[in-house]
Amino acid sequence: MSLPRTLLDKIWDDHVVCTPAGELPILYIDRHLVHEVTSPQAFEGLRLTGRRVRRPEATFATPDHNVPTSDRRLPIADPVSKQQIDTLRANCREFGVRLFDIDDADQGIVHVIGPELGITQPGMTIVCGDSHTATHGALGALAFGIGTSEVEHVLATQTLRQGKPKSLEVRVNGRLAAGVTAKDLVLHVIGRLSTEGGTGYVIEYTGEAIRALGMAERMTVCNMSIEAGARAGMIAPDVTTFEYMRGKDYAPRDFDRAVAAWEKLPSDPGAVYDRVEIFSAADVVPQVTWGTNPAQVVGVDQRVPDPLAFSDPNERSSAARALDYMGLAGGTPIAEIAIDRVFIGSCTNSRIEDLRAAARVVQGHLVAPTVRAMVVPGSGRVKRQAEEEGLDRVFQEAGFDWREAGCSMCLGMNPDTLAPGERCASTSNRNFEGRQGKGGRTHLVSPAMAAAAAVSGHFVDIRAWEYR
Amino acid sequence: MEPFITHEGVVVALDRANVDTDQIIPKQFLKRIERTGFGQFLFFDWRFLPDGSLDPAFELNRPEAARATVLLARRNFGCGSSREHAPWALMDYGFRSVIAPTFADIFFNNCFQNGIVPVKLSEADVDELFRRAAAAAAEGGSYRIKVDLRECTVADDAGFSRSFSVDPFRRHCLLEGLDDIALSLRHADEITVWEVAHGLPPVSV
Repeated sequence: MSLPRTLLDKIWDDHVVCTPAGELPILYIDRHLVHEVTSPQAFEGLRLTGRRVRRPEATFATPDHNVPTSDRRLPIADPVSKQQIDTLRANCREFGVRLFDIDDADQGIVHVIGPELGITQPGMTIVCGDSHTATHGALGALAFGIGTSEVEHVLATQTLRQGKPKSLEVRVNGRLAAGVTAKDLVLHVIGRLSTEGGTGYVIEYTGEAIRALGMAERMTVCNMSIEAGARAGMIAPDVTTFEYMRGKDYAPRDFDRAVAAWEKLPSDPGAVYDRVEIFSAADVVPQVTWGTNPAQVVGVDQRVPDPLAFSDPNERSSAARALDYMGLAGGTPIAEIAIDRVFIGSCTNSRIEDLRAAARVVQGHLVAPTVRAMVVPGSGRVKRQAEEEGLDRVFQEAGFDWREAGCSMCLGMNPDTLAPGERCASTSNRNFEGRQGKGGRTHLVSPAMAAAAAVSGHFVDIRAWEYR
Repeated sequence: MEPFITHEGVVVALDRANVDTDQIIPKQFLKRIERTGFGQFLFFDWRFLPDGSLDPAFELNRPEAARATVLLARRNFGCGSSREHAPWALMDYGFRSVIAPTFADIFFNNCFQNGIVPVKLSEADVDELFRRAAAAAAEGGSYRIKVDLRECTVADDAGFSRSFSVDPFRRHCLLEGLDDIALSLRHADEITVWEVAHGLPPVSV
C-alpha cells in the first residue's frame, strides 16, 4: 500500500517529467499566465535563440500592471507604459499566445481572470512572472511566482527546473466571527508566521474556518501566502470548488469526469506535513497593518506597538524604521489613525464578493470630506457584474471613484499613486515603503474595513458598524 | 550567462532586515523592456534625496562602499515581488554576490539565473562580517572578501573563512555559465512522453 500523500505530494508527483542525474527535477507546467511587466525580456530571449513557445494554448496573457484605470478610449499617456503594453501585444501575436487585451471584455488582473475564466483548475501546476500567483492555489492547484528567466524557460519548454518545496499545514480551527474576513485571517496568520516564516514551504490551509470560506475568500487567503515567504498557498478542492468551476469558459468539457479526478486530490488521512501550525479562528479580529511589511499588523482594537517591546533586534530596528516612515508613534490607538486615501482593489480583494462587502458598508453613507476613495474592479467581468447589481451607483453616490480593471494603486505603476506623506487604507497586499507611491503610507485592511475608514476618515472597528 | 567561479571585492554592509524587491528597484523603473540599464535605479528611493542628489547617509553612498561588489545584508533579503529586475539592477550596478542569513525564495532563484551568487551564512557569521566591515570603515578603509564557488567558501585575508552550501545543479550551471533552457531541451522527448501520457495533443516541432 502506498503512503498517504498530501495535496502537494499528489500534484508534484503527477507533474515531475524526470529528474536527470545530478540535476533538479523537471516539472511540467499546465498553465502559464503572462503580463506585460515581467515578460518582454523572456520573449526577447526566445527571439535571440530562435526558440518558440512550446505550447501556446497553455499560455494566456493580459496587460494589468500598467494599464490606466481611467477612460480606456483615450490613448495611454505614459509612453513607456504604452511601449510595454504594445510589446506584449506584438509578442502574443508573434508567438500565438491568447491575449486578453486592454479593450477585451475579459481583461483584468491576471490572478482574477485566471480563475474567473476557468483557466485555473484543480490539480494543475500554474506559474506566472508574479509573486501573487499563489492566488490560484485556492482552487487546489500548485501555483507560484517565477522570475523572467524562468518565464522564458516555461515558454520554451513548458516545464521548470524545481526542487520540491517542503509542506506547511496552516490549520485554522473554528469559525470566523461576524465582520471578520478572509483578509483578517491571512493577515493574522502572517503576523504570527512573520514575513519569512513560510520561506521554503508551500502552505496548505486546512480546518473548519477554511472549509467555510467561499472561493473569493480562499483566493484572498492563498494570494497573501507569499507575504509570509511561502511561494504557494493551496486549499484542497471540495464541493465549493467544483460548483465554482461549473460552467466556466475554459472548464473541462467532460465536467463530471474532471470532478471525479479532482475528488482524489485532497490530502489523504494520515498524510504527513513537514510542519504544522495551528490557529484558532476565534482569535482573529479585524486587522490593520501599522508598519512597512505585512507581518507588522495588529487588531483594530489595539495600539501601534512600541519598538522597544520587541525582543528580537532585527524586529526592533525594523519597527523603529517602519514607524518613522509611517509617521506614527508607538502607543497610538489604531482607531485614532486618520487617513487621506482609500483603495479598494488588487488581486487580493477586487472580486465581486469584495465589492459587495464594501458597498454594503458604504450604502447610505458619504466618504469623509478629508478622504479620496477609489474602487478598481479586478476584471471587466467583475465591473459589469457590479454595475448590474448597482454597486457602482452605491460607491459613486457615496463619493468613490469607480474605475476600469487593473492592478492600479496596489503598486502604482499606472497613474494611480499616493503623494508623499499620504496615508491610505488599502485592500491590497503590500505595505512596503513607497509601494503605492514614493513616500506614501499604506495600511492593509479588508474591503469592509477600507470602506468604513473611507466614511469615517479614520480606522473603525467594522464589528460595530451601523449598516444602513 | 556569465560564469561565476571566484570573485573578490569590496563589501558594502546594508544593516536592514526584510529588504524587499520594491526597495531594490522601485516599480517606476520596471517599464523597460530590456534586461540592462537597471543599475542606475538600484535602491533608488534610498540612494537619492528628493532633490535628486545622493543621500550621503545611505550605506551604498559612503566612501568605503565605492566600487563595492559584494552586498552584506540581514534576514529575508529580496522578499516581496518576483521582479527579476532586482538581480538585474544589482548585477548592472556591479554586485556579484549577496551574503545574508536568509533569502526570499524567488529572489534566491533569480540570482542564479543572472550570475549572482547568493550566500547563506549563519546569523552569527553575518554579525561577524558586519563587525569586520564596520571596523574597516572606522579606519577609513574598505573591507574585502572572496567568494569561491568552486570551493563554496567565503573568506577574507584576516582569518575569516566559512563554507556555504548551494544546490549542486545551480552551482554547476553557474560555474559553467550554462543556458539551462538548452539543458532542459535535451529532455524534450521525456516532456513529450509526459504530455502524451496526460492526454495532451502533440506539439508540432
